[in-house]
Amino acid sequence: MLLSVRNLHTWYELRQRMFGRAGYVRAVDGVTFDLAEGEAIAVVGESGCGKSSLAKTILGLYRPTQGEFFFQGQPMHAADRRTLRWYRRQVGFVQQDPYGALPPFMTVHRILEEPLIIHGIRKPQRQERIHEVLEEVRLVPIEDFIGKFPHMLSGGQQQRLVIARAMLLRPKLIVADEPVSMLDASVRVEILDLLRTLQTAHRLAVLYITHDLSAVRHYAERIFVMYGGRLVEKAMVADLLGNPLHPYTRALLQAIPDADAANSETYRQIPAGEPPSLLNPPPGCRFHPRCPLVIAGLCDTQEPPEFEPEPLHHTLCWLYRDEKP
Amino acid sequence: MNDGLLQVESLRLHYRTTTGVVQAVDGVTFALDQQQALAVLGESGCGKSSLARAILRLLPRNVEAYDGRVRLHGMDVMALDEGRFRREVRWRQISIVMQAAMNALNPVLRVADQVIEPLLVHQGLPRHDALACVGEVFHMVGVPLDFMGRYAFELSGGMRQRVVLAMALILNPPLVLLDEPTSALDVLTQASIMNVLKRIKRDTGTSFMLITHDIATSSELADQVAVMYAGQLVEISDARRFFGAPLHPYSQKLMASVPRLQRGERPEYIAGRPPSLIDPPRGCRFTPRCPKRFAKCDQDPPLIHIEDGRQVRCWLYN
Repeated sequence: MLLSVRNLHTWYELRQRMFGRAGYVRAVDGVTFDLAEGEAIAVVGESGCGKSSLAKTILGLYRPTQGEFFFQGQPMHAADRRTLRWYRRQVGFVQQDPYGALPPFMTVHRILEEPLIIHGIRKPQRQERIHEVLEEVRLVPIEDFIGKFPHMLSGGQQQRLVIARAMLLRPKLIVADEPVSMLDASVRVEILDLLRTLQTAHRLAVLYITHDLSAVRHYAERIFVMYGGRLVEKAMVADLLGNPLHPYTRALLQAIPDADAANSETYRQIPAGEPPSLLNPPPGCRFHPRCPLVIAGLCDTQEPPEFEPEPLHHTLCWLYRDEKP
Repeated sequence: MNDGLLQVESLRLHYRTTTGVVQAVDGVTFALDQQQALAVLGESGCGKSSLARAILRLLPRNVEAYDGRVRLHGMDVMALDEGRFRREVRWRQISIVMQAAMNALNPVLRVADQVIEPLLVHQGLPRHDALACVGEVFHMVGVPLDFMGRYAFELSGGMRQRVVLAMALILNPPLVLLDEPTSALDVLTQASIMNVLKRIKRDTGTSFMLITHDIATSSELADQVAVMYAGQLVEISDARRFFGAPLHPYSQKLMASVPRLQRGERPEYIAGRPPSLIDPPRGCRFTPRCPKRFAKCDQDPPLIHIEDGRQVRCWLYN
């Protein structure tokens, strides 16, 4: 397994006045999954569900509060600086806002050269590698782009550059946090196609963090649904869309429109309320205050464990308690 | 056409920049009836936000050309001077929810004090009565009444967007322009705001002009669809026929780029990039990217009226 995540927690401490803790924001609160080489997984959830914190923990930018994660069998949750440095060559990061992710005063060449310098690659190899990645993300002819500054590129080209930078050190895993949410629909598809091509060509694993289920369904093998810091459902794309098990997943799928004029004639069923506070999550299942199928006395008191009602289809929901866990 | 709410004819808005004249809105003509929603679809930089600004006369300083006709209930509001336009049209007749407006709420005012302002300014209502109106509008858009005394930072994104919507609806204008009203919101919030808009359209007869690049979401509200490309409208259609089978090659490509949740086919992207608005291509502006181009496309196509009421700017339908 390329990446194994076990019961991962990332909590942020809230300080009150000068000393003492006001509490914790439980951004990631018990996340477990495996990601195989060459596999793409999409973590889908609303803002504030903890999905970006999960991404940043896996990138090694945050230390997990509790739990473990392993990259190629090596423990990363407690890695020393040298191991982390090695690890950061193995994972690439594609940010949400390409313009914000690119230093405005550096040329394309400089942007791509810097990570290579930091990781001690010699000059001739640097040039070669820069040309390779630009070729791969199809910022060609290279001469037209190499001397440009980010503001001279279109949004799609900027995102290609961000992807090129993520690919520089030949990573095994790409973490893409909302990689296309700032782009136009037609360009989105182009960027997702590019990521898919790179994924196949290099047997890359990709972890998409997104709120856009309809786009990512075509580019991932599995979808995880995150709610209140936890993965409430994990399944293959077709199983999740065809047979959603968790009431939250069902609500999410019902809320997503396909372009169809009939939509304007009906109202959508939306669960009342708002996503839970991660500072003070509700007891029991975190979705229970909004859940139409809540079981009183169970959902509101006990946290549901992971059930597997269908093969390879996991969910945190008491509705499936009779099926073997 | 006199019973229509809004008629826009040959509207132009060009900006002066250091690199040349940007033809952001270049001869736009359409009409909108009462209790109708028109979705204006297009990619970024096609001029759709400028179209809203041109209708509401919210112009920047570097305007090079601004002409055409905007008729509201048959009256040419372009002919009004700025003072009358401000007093009689803007916000009373046409209001707007700007892009990312939820982030532009005043952080040091309670939300009710911001929503109330148009009532005090335009209608001179006593504060007590005005507050009652704010309560009604909050109820309509789904903001709990005990949020009236809160500040913007105490509200979630969805609630802030509802507050901004309440501000646009407070004078009960017949037309509300919505510029990307839900694009920064989550799926569930987005769906419930669309529910609110549908209900308002049904109950109060308000018309909407929904400017967006999110085609799937636009289908939640749209009765009519107008597709904008490089400063021009290239297709105007009723929603049913548009979402079923659009006419213009650009509309077709745009629809094919929309990912479908429940259908298997993979989305496709449109090769090439939208043209520069400073120096748009001669003839049809989509020609360089069009898979169906032919000799005639180097001449500028007019908006061609099809018998069923649709209009399309493409020589294929001549």
